Amino acid sequence: MFARIAAVLALGVGLMWSAQANAQDTIKIGLIMAYSGPFADTANQMQAGIDLYMQQHGDEVAGKKIEIIKKDTGGPKADEAKRLAQELIVRDGVDILAGFTLTPEALGAAAVADQAKKFMVVMNAATSIITEKSPYIVRTSMTIPQLNTAFGKWAYEKGGVKQAYTLVADYAPGVDASTAFAKGFTDAGGTIVGADKSPMGPPDFSAFVQRIKDASPEAVFVFIPGGAQPPALGKALAERGLTPPNTQIFAQGELTFPEAIKSMGDTAKGIITTFNYTMERDDPINNAFVKAYRDANKGRSPDIYSVGGYDGMHLIYEALKKTGGSTDAAALVKASEGMSWESPRGKMVIDPETRDVIQTVYIRKVEEVDGQLQNVVIDEIPDVKDPLHGAK
Amino acid sequence: MLNARTAADPHAWLRRQARWSPWEVVFWLATIIPFYFFPTYLTLASQVAVTALFAISVDLVLGYAGIITLGHAMFFGLGAYFAGLLTKTGWGEPLSGLVLAGLFAALIGFLVSFIIVRVQHLALLMITLGLGLLTAELANSLGWLTGGTDGLQGVDVWPIFSRFEFDLWGYTAYAYALIVLFIGVVASQRIVHSSFGLSLRGVRENLTRMPAIGSPYRRHLQIAYTISAGLAGIAGAVLTQTTETVSLDSLSFQRSADVVVMLILGGTGRLYGAILGAAIFMIARDQLSGMNPQYWYFWIGVLLMVVVLVVPNGILGGLSRLVRGRGT
Repeated sequence: MFARIAAVLALGVGLMWSAQANAQDTIKIGLIMAYSGPFADTANQMQAGIDLYMQQHGDEVAGKKIEIIKKDTGGPKADEAKRLAQELIVRDGVDILAGFTLTPEALGAAAVADQAKKFMVVMNAATSIITEKSPYIVRTSMTIPQLNTAFGKWAYEKGGVKQAYTLVADYAPGVDASTAFAKGFTDAGGTIVGADKSPMGPPDFSAFVQRIKDASPEAVFVFIPGGAQPPALGKALAERGLTPPNTQIFAQGELTFPEAIKSMGDTAKGIITTFNYTMERDDPINNAFVKAYRDANKGRSPDIYSVGGYDGMHLIYEALKKTGGSTDAAALVKASEGMSWESPRGKMVIDPETRDVIQTVYIRKVEEVDGQLQNVVIDEIPDVKDPLHGAK
Repeated sequence: MLNARTAADPHAWLRRQARWSPWEVVFWLATIIPFYFFPTYLTLASQVAVTALFAISVDLVLGYAGIITLGHAMFFGLGAYFAGLLTKTGWGEPLSGLVLAGLFAALIGFLVSFIIVRVQHLALLMITLGLGLLTAELANSLGWLTGGTDGLQGVDVWPIFSRFEFDLWGYTAYAYALIVLFIGVVASQRIVHSSFGLSLRGVRENLTRMPAIGSPYRRHLQIAYTISAGLAGIAGAVLTQTTETVSLDSLSFQRSADVVVMLILGGTGRLYGAILGAAIFMIARDQLSGMNPQYWYFWIGVLLMVVVLVVPNGILGGLSRLVRGRGT
């Protein structure tokens, strides 16, 4: 029995060695994302961001070739992501783990990154705790509390409302969003007059909207996933007369994605949303990015997911340059801490303490520009940190 | 199928059915191959073993007792969450956790079985589907307990016999999952090759005739369903313990549906069909999604159609017809 274990170990060490020898002139990045299933569109936008960065900056960094290996989780599956991370490391010999469309994927892989001491770049998943799971994790997207706590404060101080009602989809991000918004709003002095959670299934908001109408709040904060839900909610609100300027509608940016605005039509006008990236923001870096992205993707516009992937690759490239091509996780983390750059989203910094993003939170309003409804930036809150790290 | 001689001595016939065939010995020897030749595939192999055990649990009710189910992930997930939550109370010993998770799932299975045996066909399909969806939604709304869509955090499983830690390569995970699978198969074989197993097949073939020959079919179905739920719970617990993660996905409809696809691929009503189906499905998925992460499910669909059209009894059914054996 022991002879067998020894034989197996010898073989294993041999393989690991050969993987390392191979790694001297190429750097392998394993991408773990939900390429198939209901979140495939998000993953594809992230991938397009990654591809665009590599197309613009070449696939060589610090004299080494970058090789990408893609793995599909099919959805929010922690066990699948963990297995894929293990396989990427032991079978494919990857040096860096990246991607992560959804929080369970990132949490599943975090333990592996920690155990194998691999640099891990979270390019989308947005729950605060992820970066606390291993000292080798850096995030380039955002967190839901980061946006919505700042947004709640803004709504009271500059949005001109004293009380609000929250309606969020009944899943973890929705609950996080309503908690964060309520915290920012009430800390500033506002009151939450009511809170509801709507089911994730087929969208029928009439009962919820009626309850909101009965409470007649000055504003409604909503957080619902993209897809079929935003237009259905927009319609339900409009039918009962809950539209700006009579009742303010606040939401995180998914509610007013270009496709959603199109299907909501005029009922979208005046909705105020928050995001960490706005495609319409007039800025030379952003304009060039949007143009290049559309050219590379048959006219499809970039969104926050694309920017998360794009900036994630930027972080990996710059960190590798600083380490001179070394893929040692501790060195890469050290290189990333405090790194700051001008991204299409504006200025962003990797917080040296939490390895999370410090960035500008944009407040946008749906307005008509040249006969087209679009998100127009009406305010900017600079240098916002995630409020939950270190709060416990 | 029964000729005059075997009918004269049913016990001898049952014993002959239960005897190990050389094919089975070869199969179990083959399961050791990954340790030596594919050490980088061990984590995949351990998940194949877990899925195969789950498929066997479904085969017991679907293939043998004829209970159509689209909600068996319910028991898989209950076992998975039970094992995960148990470690969070401070008791991370895997073997006792496994047994307790199995018992818990079996208990729930027993309670549910009172409803299950009262309905058939489409109603049965709807009941199992509905129960599965309800359980998944329950786990989602009990966020304080299950972690909701983020999955359960802080699962900490102790090394087996305080000695074999679950390593990055998956040596322990595969060995553990394989041994549990082996025990599960041996136990299931004892069940299906007993007079109880025969009566289950009787229920599947002709429900109205079983009471006529004095067989209490409802009780038999309840026992079968309870055992199957327990086995599914054990499979879920092994997944939790080998990956130290539990997410809502373990309760999802997708998992219930996938396992039925595996059974159709491998062949229902034969335990090794469940194992073969699980292995083919998981390995095909790994290879296809490696080649094309976006559209690999297309090829699973093609495979399923080809199997259903060409070998309606599943791949193992087709093979056993080819070799004219009994088809273990």
